[in-house]
Amino acid sequence: MSLMTASPRRPAAPLVAVDDLTVRFVSRDLDLSVVNGVSFTLEPGETLCLLGESGSGKSVTLRALMRLFPPTARLGGRVTVDGVDVLALDERRLRAVRGSLVAMIFQEPMTALDPVFTVGRQIAETIVFHEGASYRAADRRALELFDLVQIPSAARRLDAYPHELSGGLRQRAMIAMALACRPKVLLADEPTTALDATVQIQILLLLRALQRELGMATIVVTHDLGVACETADRIAVMYAGRFVETGDVEQVIDTPRHPYTRGLLRSTVQGAAKGARLTPIAGAPPDLADLPPGCSFAPRCPDAREACLAASPDLYRPAPGQGARCLGYAPDLAFEASPPLTPAEKDLAA
Amino acid sequence: MGLDTAAARRPATPGDRGDPRDRGDPRDRGDPRDRGDPRDREDPRDRGGPQDPRDRGGPAQPLLAVTGLRKHFPLAGGLLGRPQGWVQAVDGVDFAIAKGETLGIVGESGCGKSTTARLLMHLIAPDAGQVVFDGEEVGAMRGLSVRDLRRQMQMVFQDSHASLNPRLTIEDSIAFGRKAAGMPVPEARDRARTMLGLVGLTPGQFAQRYPHELSGGQRQRVNIARALAMEPRLLILDESVSALDKSVEAQVLNLLQDLKARLALTYIFISHDLNVVQYMSDRVLVMYLGKPVEIGTVAEIYERPRHPYTEALLSSRPSLDPRRRRSVPPLSGDPPNPINPPSGCRFRTRCPLAEPVCAGREPLLAAAGPDAPHPVACHARQPGSGHTRAAA
Repeated sequence: MSLMTASPRRPAAPLVAVDDLTVRFVSRDLDLSVVNGVSFTLEPGETLCLLGESGSGKSVTLRALMRLFPPTARLGGRVTVDGVDVLALDERRLRAVRGSLVAMIFQEPMTALDPVFTVGRQIAETIVFHEGASYRAADRRALELFDLVQIPSAARRLDAYPHELSGGLRQRAMIAMALACRPKVLLADEPTTALDATVQIQILLLLRALQRELGMATIVVTHDLGVACETADRIAVMYAGRFVETGDVEQVIDTPRHPYTRGLLRSTVQGAAKGARLTPIAGAPPDLADLPPGCSFAPRCPDAREACLAASPDLYRPAPGQGARCLGYAPDLAFEASPPLTPAEKDLAA
Repeated sequence: MGLDTAAARRPATPGDRGDPRDRGDPRDRGDPRDRGDPRDREDPRDRGGPQDPRDRGGPAQPLLAVTGLRKHFPLAGGLLGRPQGWVQAVDGVDFAIAKGETLGIVGESGCGKSTTARLLMHLIAPDAGQVVFDGEEVGAMRGLSVRDLRRQMQMVFQDSHASLNPRLTIEDSIAFGRKAAGMPVPEARDRARTMLGLVGLTPGQFAQRYPHELSGGQRQRVNIARALAMEPRLLILDESVSALDKSVEAQVLNLLQDLKARLALTYIFISHDLNVVQYMSDRVLVMYLGKPVEIGTVAEIYERPRHPYTEALLSSRPSLDPRRRRSVPPLSGDPPNPINPPSGCRFRTRCPLAEPVCAGREPLLAAAGPDAPHPVACHARQPGSGHTRAAA
């Protein structure tokens, strides 16, 4: 169950194992390190939530499990899903894995679905491609799937084009398509961000119920603490392409350890007294083309020390099951002994 | 500011919804002290807060009063170019904003909150309705011209990138409005630099940059500076923090609170995010499919919601406690299409309290009685409506 290392109690390999994943996007005049060494494992039935702001590398990490990248991406490390080395697959076998072993729900169903085919046809096509079924059998399965995701008058809706469905129904149709070939791992990239509040909660509850029923491993990417609290077993907080904090959802929400997580939880308006000043995190997220050599959060961190600027900190374990990439949790006491940096010193570093 | 003053509530009274033009000059209504006559003004020292020489009616007069605002968009493509139908984007919105208060507008997509904002700015022309800014009717013969209105009322949009001209430097963008209004160029530039400082961007560092060189939070600060350069009294913030990351959102919300206190501004704060609206607003207007369904103070709306839609909206918020997750969605389905909204109460197709009376008659946004709670447009909450849950 451990996120960062395989548990010694479990001799069998985990369902998903990501080890020191790095993703860079390289073009003629750009070299962006978007993911800088991410490792985790995931078991069937578990939900991991990647929480982070835009540019933190959470969506790119997710896409690495399907290798869904443009040709400019340079990948490093190892990604194993159910024994399959995803980064080593050739194009043909990658197509076979996408959709059947690992499936994905995208943020914006209107752009993810094909506008010129009915949704029923698109689902049936997936089944025919992966399982070699006849279209007649695939249509029957599509109808079952529409019932599974609780689409009312399912038979009629299968013949609808994406633009004829409401946002909530489109997202349900996309979930049905993702489940079409009984994937072992379901990836959801901001699955409810484009939806209205009253529809968002319906989709979150549906995802939770489906996962319980089908026993998939699920990874949800979100920037929304509320979505994470509603869905996650474990949370990984991402910042500048690294997991800066990992732990059970209760641990991370109740006792956040990394200064970034603490800042994120403090800056939320939920529960803040009206008119009271919020405590935002100072500064702005780092430029990925020019990351500092040390802790990438140090320039914004209220507790940063001299040592934070030197090298990116390791993952320390402030509590069982919880990890934080922060020198404040290093076993030696050098951090406590050194004085905090002044804002001017931090500016110089940034 | 008194939120429940008679002045603030007046435009929302029931039975007052006919053609707004039948009601004569808006300045003839109400307490004579509310009028723009300088002789009747209160002693300025009685009022709290900084003085504004442009203030006409004193604190009792709402800064903005809207009655019967309506906009239906035609659906093109019918026979001989005739409209196929109408999108009833905004259909009868009434509210008033007291000076110095923040009115939040919440609702789901398609409820008409952004169209309302654009109608107030006259970025699109309303089909019907009356907008009265500090006692002067906008667009009327002897009232306030749209041009003058826009000096007193400015808007900040959601997309910080799309709302800045990519070919203008930050300084030129901010100075543009003032230059267009006739201010000499060096003075307008000076002013732009002052505004940059006001929103927390060092002028020396940012004035000569282009929008693409800034982060999202910085660009939104520039948009706020540009709006404030016109020295508006009312600022409309249409999903202004929705596209920002959470850590940056908090910075901008703090900035907005500071600016409001410092410049004695009045805000209309539009958002789909109930938590942000709760934090920012004094009063909240809840909209559904082009109609206002409930209006009240933040405490009234968030602690004692009366409309079933407001209740559902509030309990749709994800919890922030993983041990107390939601288990049942409060509503099923999506909001219906505003092209052919349901008859009667527009919420009845999703409402747990719907009865035949809801399909037959449209509920009006009304307070129920003299010591009644805040106004709500729901038959189940209005005595004598015929709904079985309503008092007789």
